[in-house]
Amino acid sequence: MVDPRGPRFAAAVTTVVLAVTIITGNPWLLLGQTVVFLVGAVAGIRNAPYGLVFRYLVRPRLGPPADLEDEAPPRFAQAVGAVFGVLGTVGLLAGPAALGYSAAALAFAAAFLNAAFGFCLGCQIYLVLRSATVKGART
Amino acid sequence: MTGVWVLLAALVAATGVGLLARARDGRFRVSRVRGGPRGAAARRGDQHGGGEREGRGDAGPAAVTGVGAVPGPDPGDHRPEAPGETAPGETARGGRGGLTAELAALGHVPGEVATLLQFSTAFCAPCRVVRRVLADVAAIVPGVRHVEVDAESHLELVRRLGVRRTPTVLVLDAEGVEARRASGAPPTRDAVLATLASLVESAPGDHRKGTDGDSVGLSGNA
Repeated sequence: MVDPRGPRFAAAVTTVVLAVTIITGNPWLLLGQTVVFLVGAVAGIRNAPYGLVFRYLVRPRLGPPADLEDEAPPRFAQAVGAVFGVLGTVGLLAGPAALGYSAAALAFAAAFLNAAFGFCLGCQIYLVLRSATVKGART
Repeated sequence: MTGVWVLLAALVAATGVGLLARARDGRFRVSRVRGGPRGAAARRGDQHGGGEREGRGDAGPAAVTGVGAVPGPDPGDHRPEAPGETAPGETARGGRGGLTAELAALGHVPGEVATLLQFSTAFCAPCRVVRRVLADVAAIVPGVRHVEVDAESHLELVRRLGVRRTPTVLVLDAEGVEARRASGAPPTRDAVLATLASLVESAPGDHRKGTDGDSVGLSGNA
């Protein structure tokens, strides 16, 4: 269970980092963000860098959360972010640049949607992916 | 310079998606595929014509014969023993008997008034909220049941019903036929109550009788 404002805060930071990445076209910045995504997916969002910032610097200044959320959805979203981060980093470093920009732009759009609207694109994609890839019909 | 344009495009696109989602998600819509109140009423006659419920008769014979339904009993129509193997296009959203067979496969029977069928996944943050809202409604409205389905382990059903996102909530009428649908975000409790009210109004008032059934619905989700 996590405070839902944590992932939202992380999404806001991610949005800014990815925006700077796209404007500057700096692959190392994107690589850094990708590592953050990976840590979030593997170790949990609370232990990822932005999660730690939220826990120790932001949350003490806020009131208690109205509701707690499951950790699995944002964690899955971090894994989706990591995939796009890797693609984008490869694209920016080795080309084609279009791959780098489009992957970074998609990751940015997803982070922005989460931060501004509370809409988890990665979570929404999950069922579509499962439904498209799993052939077995078990009802 | 490229980056600035890419960023602007992504920002505009994401804002568009976000605004659209905010406007549409979590709102109940009347289900399109033969799911309108009239279609549901006609099917009701079709399905149970000649059955023990024919005695209620208050749906009006015109509703039954108006669509050319055969009023006689037709045992070949529905085979509840094979819920997973119904022919494509047969049951799905609108078919005969609605989702009663599917509910039975999940170990449930339709609520006396309505069933709130929720599709969830493990990676669905709003599903928790939906669960609470629907369980709440099922507890306070007699005859309404809440059934939650793990979409991932029922992908066949998910595909057949065209469920693409979680949470998705189907409101099934008393016959188990899908009448309303909302997806993407948790509907508010008031929205669920309003939808149930509109469902009961649009039905020809045939599941109003028999107070014995009302207490059954309270047992809710087993």
